[in-house]
Amino acid sequence: MVTSLRPKPGPTRSYQFPDFSDETLPSGIRLVIAPVAKLPVTTVLVVVDAGSSNDPAGKEGIAALTAGTLLEGSERFDGAELAEKFEQLGTSVESGADWDSAFIKITTLSDRLEEATKLLGEALSSPTFPAREVERLKAERLAEILQLETEPRGLADEKFAEFLYSEESRYSKPDEGTTESVSALSRKDVDEFYRARYRARSTTVIVAGDISKGSSRALITRAFKNWPSGSAKPQSLVATARTAGRSVHVVNKPEASQSELRIGHVGLPRNHPDFFPTLLMNAVLGGLFGSRINLNLREAHGYTYGASSFYDWRRGSGPFVVSTAVQSEVTAPALREILLEIDRIRSGRISEEELSLARDYLDGVFPIRYETTAAIASALATLVIYDLPSDYYGSYRKNIRAVTADAVLRAAKSHLHPEQLQTVMVGDAQVIADSVAELGLGDLHVHSS
Amino acid sequence: MSAEGVPVCLYGGQFTRMRIPVETFHLDNGLYVTLSEDHTAPIVAVNLWYHVGSANERAGRTGFAHLFEHMLFQGSKHVGVNEHFDLIQRAGGTLNGSTWLERTNYFETVPSNELALALWLEADRMGELLPAMTQEKLDTQRDVVKNERRWAVDNQPYGTMLEKMQELVFPASHPFQHSLIGSMEDLSAASLDDIAEFFATYYSPDNAVLSIAGDFDLGEAQKLVTEYFGPIPNGKGKPPLPAMNLPSVFGSSLREVVHDNVTLPRLFMAFRSPVFGSEEYYAASVASAILGMRRGSRLHRSLVRERQVAADAGAFTFDLAKGTDLLVVDVTARPETPVAQLEEEVEREIELVYREGVAESEVKRATALIETDLVASLQSAGERADRLSMFATYFKRPDLINEQADRYRSVTAEKVNEFISGRFGEDNRASLLYVPNEGVESESALAAAAGTG
Repeated sequence: MVTSLRPKPGPTRSYQFPDFSDETLPSGIRLVIAPVAKLPVTTVLVVVDAGSSNDPAGKEGIAALTAGTLLEGSERFDGAELAEKFEQLGTSVESGADWDSAFIKITTLSDRLEEATKLLGEALSSPTFPAREVERLKAERLAEILQLETEPRGLADEKFAEFLYSEESRYSKPDEGTTESVSALSRKDVDEFYRARYRARSTTVIVAGDISKGSSRALITRAFKNWPSGSAKPQSLVATARTAGRSVHVVNKPEASQSELRIGHVGLPRNHPDFFPTLLMNAVLGGLFGSRINLNLREAHGYTYGASSFYDWRRGSGPFVVSTAVQSEVTAPALREILLEIDRIRSGRISEEELSLARDYLDGVFPIRYETTAAIASALATLVIYDLPSDYYGSYRKNIRAVTADAVLRAAKSHLHPEQLQTVMVGDAQVIADSVAELGLGDLHVHSS
Repeated sequence: MSAEGVPVCLYGGQFTRMRIPVETFHLDNGLYVTLSEDHTAPIVAVNLWYHVGSANERAGRTGFAHLFEHMLFQGSKHVGVNEHFDLIQRAGGTLNGSTWLERTNYFETVPSNELALALWLEADRMGELLPAMTQEKLDTQRDVVKNERRWAVDNQPYGTMLEKMQELVFPASHPFQHSLIGSMEDLSAASLDDIAEFFATYYSPDNAVLSIAGDFDLGEAQKLVTEYFGPIPNGKGKPPLPAMNLPSVFGSSLREVVHDNVTLPRLFMAFRSPVFGSEEYYAASVASAILGMRRGSRLHRSLVRERQVAADAGAFTFDLAKGTDLLVVDVTARPETPVAQLEEEVEREIELVYREGVAESEVKRATALIETDLVASLQSAGERADRLSMFATYFKRPDLINEQADRYRSVTAEKVNEFISGRFGEDNRASLLYVPNEGVESESALAAAAGTG
């Protein structure tokens, strides 16, 4: 018989987020270094203030295309040669753009770090953006958009953003652009975007791994010596909702066995002072496996494989969204349960049990999040992108533990807005539309996909 | 406890000398335990591999191994429904489980002062699951799994790839032939008695490997494992798997066209290849990387970059340790590429490498990438524990975790070409071709284009 005595935790061992330095090089590039001597591996992450929120109207997707084409040709090498050279060193460059930054990342073994970093600096400082590669990456993006037509999860995400945000908001369109906007992009657009935004004072290089601060500084200074000087203009962000009240959109997929559901409203910017109470509130509502929404939809009702909610934290107000896929026949009952849970967390204090689950989890899991050099580099990038205080990770656990049930209730009342809920469903309209219309979620619109 | 590694400060120095420490011991009930210390962060991973997967299911009862993975989170004698999740998350830990053809694993990473909790929870569900099993729990999880099937398989483009591939490349009676997630019919037919029998047969300490990696004290860990797992009786033995061995090639080319709700045609071409862990496996794995790993790979360079007929191209191995492994090439067409051309282009690339072989520089590129991924992944305690469990389960050699880099380094172009000439011929190609439901060429045109009409 296995003992019935539940073990008690032992004494906690202290943990510090890796020590890091933060400085500005003479060139204007910001350099953040976190030496981590665990395995012979290092990540170099370059973050540039050139994310998709900077896309000019009509040129949606230019940030992503520029980041994607950065390593497709330099003064000395073409794209195929660059890929070959990096890969012979056991690394490959990932580059891309999200809403708030462009990033270029390599992870290499220690003995190849120097060579790989030099190559990275050289390639990034003299990109040639060959027209052929620009056109190829555009075509690959267009293929990806086509594939969304039959990919219910991605389609639901995209349609939710479209119906949630006003047309003036960059957030209403996919970060990598639409068929219309991508088709119109040219090599010249890429070149102009690069020149406007890839500037030293808008660039941070983060080094995390098996290397000293001194060696990193020397290496990065040399490798990035030709990075263009100057800084990029700050961009204003519009994150207004498309409609003031509730509405429902069904993207019709005849005979779909499940409905992909997205329900939510415009959320909060990353730098909002209520970040911590809102994070905990969401953990209890739908952020954890043991959250109200998941236990209700999955474990009590068996409607779904999983249901969750999250705030998508961006510089501007990203969406708050509840996301799940349910068997078509139970779409309306599942929606009703989600609405009930949103109302319930706004109408009364969460229990001590619920608070402690969210608090202890977010506090305790902290060290587990930073096991790899890539994860540490990415955490440091968050500091840079959102301009968080340098002791953000040092005080993170204290801030989590300071959140009370009252603060969670205040966050729920202030930052959940049932009257503004937008509901987007990708599913079989014939099966779900009538029963969903009875829920009072607002005017129902059916769209063919 | 036998030392199979060098338990010193591990990670300094050159990659060639990088070793993670590996210790092992057995309990009297047959539980095989592997341990690997690392005190760089106050984190410890606990990982259990049960040597049971969908291959162990019998006809009419498909999907059991996976359904079980769900039932193991539904509580045991001293643990309530979903309390396993609750307790681990309260402790600040992460957890999950997964099912594969040959094994099922369960794992948690927790702050190191919560090692005892993770071990106790795993012991309670290994030793005391059945007293807590009810029809209601089974019914709910069956619904959850059916929704998982709808979500991941039926309502997902190319979501049926795994089960269609299994059906295409394995003979009817072979244990790898049937669906891992199971059919809706079989899931509906599962009874509590079936569940109890499956559990008693496969979820015993002598059919499991327990690995612990991270910040723990060896003596303390051994004491805890013995205390919690020691009282669990060993199993009564499991039925042997039917014969798994297969000829090294299919014998002829196989082909199936799947009309599906997809936008772009996609071709999966599979080859029988040497089982995971064998000497030849490493050559196959390198061949797979040469063909499809990252942007410098052959298929990406040729079909995506140069000829621009594919939107994406890759290759992977299933890593099956019994019978035969599979190497799979995976190429998605660009919208303007006709289905027939997609097939022709992939065939041409395979023919080319089959006739001319690969160069030493391609082997170097592939092994360099594989090495970096290997070291980068071993940063995580959970990954270390999972690989220890894997090598212990399949080969009783957890220390193989430290030999992987050398094995890959010893692969030469000659060995890769030997593998290719034995396995890339027309008698060993199985094409699973997904085509959009609407607006495609007729089946006869497709067949003619592929030369099989």
